[in-house]
Amino acid sequence: MASTTAVDVVMPQMGVSVSEGTITKWLKQVGDTVEADETLLEISTDKVDTEVPSPASGVVSEILVQEGETVAVGTVLARLGGESGGAAPTPEPPTQPAADASSAAATEGEAAPENEVPSAPAPQAPAPAAEPSGNGKSFVSPVVARIASEHGIDPSAVPGTGSGGRVTKKDITAYLESGPAAPEAPAAPAPAQPAAAPAPAPASSPAAAPPVAGQVGESLEPMSAMRRGIAEHMRRSLDTSAHVTSAIEVDMSKVVQIREKLKKEYQSAYGVNPTFLAFIARATTETLRDYPWVNGEIRGDQVVTKNFVNLGFAVELADGKGLIVPVVKNAETLNLLGMAKAIADIAKRARDKQLTPDDVAGGSFTITNPGGYGTFHGTPVISQPQAGILGTYAIVKRPWVITDENGADAIAIRSIMNLTLTYDHRLVDGALAGRFLRDLRERLQGWGESDY
Amino acid sequence: MAEKTYLQAISDGLRGEMRRDKRVFVMGEDVGVYGGAFKVTLGFQEEFGAWRVIDMPLSETAIVAGATGAAIMGMRPVAEMQFADFVSCAWDHLVTVAAKQRWRVGTPVPIVLRLPSGGGFSGGPFHSQNPESSFAHIPGLKCVCPATPEDAKGLITAAIEDPNPVLFFEHKHLYRRIKGDVPDERYVTPIGKARIHQEGDDVSVITWGAMVYTAAEAAEQVDASVEIIDLRTIMPWDKQAVLESVRKTSKVLVLHEDNRTGGFGGEIAATIAEEAFEDLDAPVRRLAAPDTPVPFSPVLEKAFIPQVDDVTRALKELISY
Repeated sequence: MASTTAVDVVMPQMGVSVSEGTITKWLKQVGDTVEADETLLEISTDKVDTEVPSPASGVVSEILVQEGETVAVGTVLARLGGESGGAAPTPEPPTQPAADASSAAATEGEAAPENEVPSAPAPQAPAPAAEPSGNGKSFVSPVVARIASEHGIDPSAVPGTGSGGRVTKKDITAYLESGPAAPEAPAAPAPAQPAAAPAPAPASSPAAAPPVAGQVGESLEPMSAMRRGIAEHMRRSLDTSAHVTSAIEVDMSKVVQIREKLKKEYQSAYGVNPTFLAFIARATTETLRDYPWVNGEIRGDQVVTKNFVNLGFAVELADGKGLIVPVVKNAETLNLLGMAKAIADIAKRARDKQLTPDDVAGGSFTITNPGGYGTFHGTPVISQPQAGILGTYAIVKRPWVITDENGADAIAIRSIMNLTLTYDHRLVDGALAGRFLRDLRERLQGWGESDY
Repeated sequence: MAEKTYLQAISDGLRGEMRRDKRVFVMGEDVGVYGGAFKVTLGFQEEFGAWRVIDMPLSETAIVAGATGAAIMGMRPVAEMQFADFVSCAWDHLVTVAAKQRWRVGTPVPIVLRLPSGGGFSGGPFHSQNPESSFAHIPGLKCVCPATPEDAKGLITAAIEDPNPVLFFEHKHLYRRIKGDVPDERYVTPIGKARIHQEGDDVSVITWGAMVYTAAEAAEQVDASVEIIDLRTIMPWDKQAVLESVRKTSKVLVLHEDNRTGGFGGEIAATIAEEAFEDLDAPVRRLAAPDTPVPFSPVLEKAFIPQVDDVTRALKELISY
């Protein structure tokens, strides 16, 4: 079926609050064959980066949105199958509403090429769209929806004879048997070529609004949706919370020792690495339960405290061009092993771009871990609307003054780590933050062999 | 094979079982000397004697309780209520004892209650009801509602053979009005299997009893191919047959003579919505009697029981949806 009826590939809805997405990469080109559910392209939204599976098997007949472009959810990105260009007029209608709904930025991106290509086809397309789009808005019965999805056709393209122009089961089965209705054919050969034409243009003029001129020696690249999201959030966070940072030094020697012991057991029995981060996350979760305001938030003029800890972890993307904060929900229910597994799972899914919007929502506190590069201090920005973010830094061996059981001081070599708590001073005072860090340090320094 | 009325078919089936199996006996009000209120057992007492065709006192409780006791002791009683409406007097014995005996202690209760039911001849509120859904709700009871003479004979045989209490709803309006070919030999119509009364592609009518004929007449009034499923038994009911039909036509009218609320049609409609949702091209439609007692006045009774015109209208609405 897919070979005779064109199937639209549309920008997916990646979560209720996501309205647009950016194409980061096409994995198939025009003329390539793709299987249903095979990854067709990669997209980036302000929440997650993800792969888009092909909705059907067939040959990619058109790519309508190029890499780097940002378009509204529902916009047709490509078409599969159909009689090469001839298919264009039929699926055109969906493009129209999508464009209407898209944000100003996206609309401009599409408007430009239309001006550059004055030939008739684009304006023509909406005309036949008028009638079917009426259908599209009316009720689609369960059986019609099922048949449409099984055959990859848009019910709004089917002429309806039911009450109020509704597409009945008979209408859609007749449509399937006879193929797309004849009247839509006239627009045929010409439009196909122009349909491809818009491609090069937007590629050079990214969706981000007014083009900025580059100086000599500079190069410009469009901001990804994620980068725009990060930019907006960081600025908003600094404008919202009163950021203050406190730091503390923690002797991690005991944790280092216990981790060495557990490593083998965890690796062989569970295939998971008991990372330092897992220990810190575990100790942080326990400590947060004693400091509900550090785990809380300000909502209007109310202080919200929570009987759960949803722990966010700042994760850098593999390409180094972005950051995502997947959340381990109900961290208070996890022991050390559970925490290590949960962190490994979200990290893997973040790398594989398999996170869902739900995975990155609902955090109550965040841990960021830039210590891997040797940094020993930082002042991270709070993930709104939370009240604090813990920074963990490099564990380094340092000469350390210790007091032995006889009360004598000595210099020992110890594994020392700095922790920072950046907190919202609107809610958390310095003394509270200090006590939180102290308790967290005591938990880590006093980690017992049987503590999990 | 001979053409017989619905009533003759029941009578033949019952007589055949009594000749075949000495454990089968009949009890009820006026079933003996008088031959039954509707003459189903006319001549039975002469053939089988007063001990196998027992005239009972005017107490439905005693009839059902006595039948239950006899069944537990190994007999196969067929008890007649003069009207299905009166079975409510025996509710406790039927629902509390007969329906649950096998579950509680493991003894089968092979009783058959013959329940002349339905309206259409000004019987009024006490002589016209279709109380099948009340009993379909009770685990342990089977409810049978034949529409044709052939099924009437096959199902009375199946009911007598069945080790559980079976309520045999025989529609009075079909007794002498409906004739059909009935095989002479003994046969059993399985309980729980529906019958396709007529095949069609555009819309399904799920119904039983006298409404099968109302639906068939209405189907002739519409310009569409109507499939009519005669459930034949409503507990157990043939879900597969219903779902198959719905999957074919995608539009369905559930039609019954009983009151709408709590009528068995609700169960059917809910099952279709649950199990065939993605096959529906229109909302599941129910047509039933309104939620009032059956009126005595012929005019009002006509307005009460779904008529051919009502069914035609409902079908047209579904077809044009």
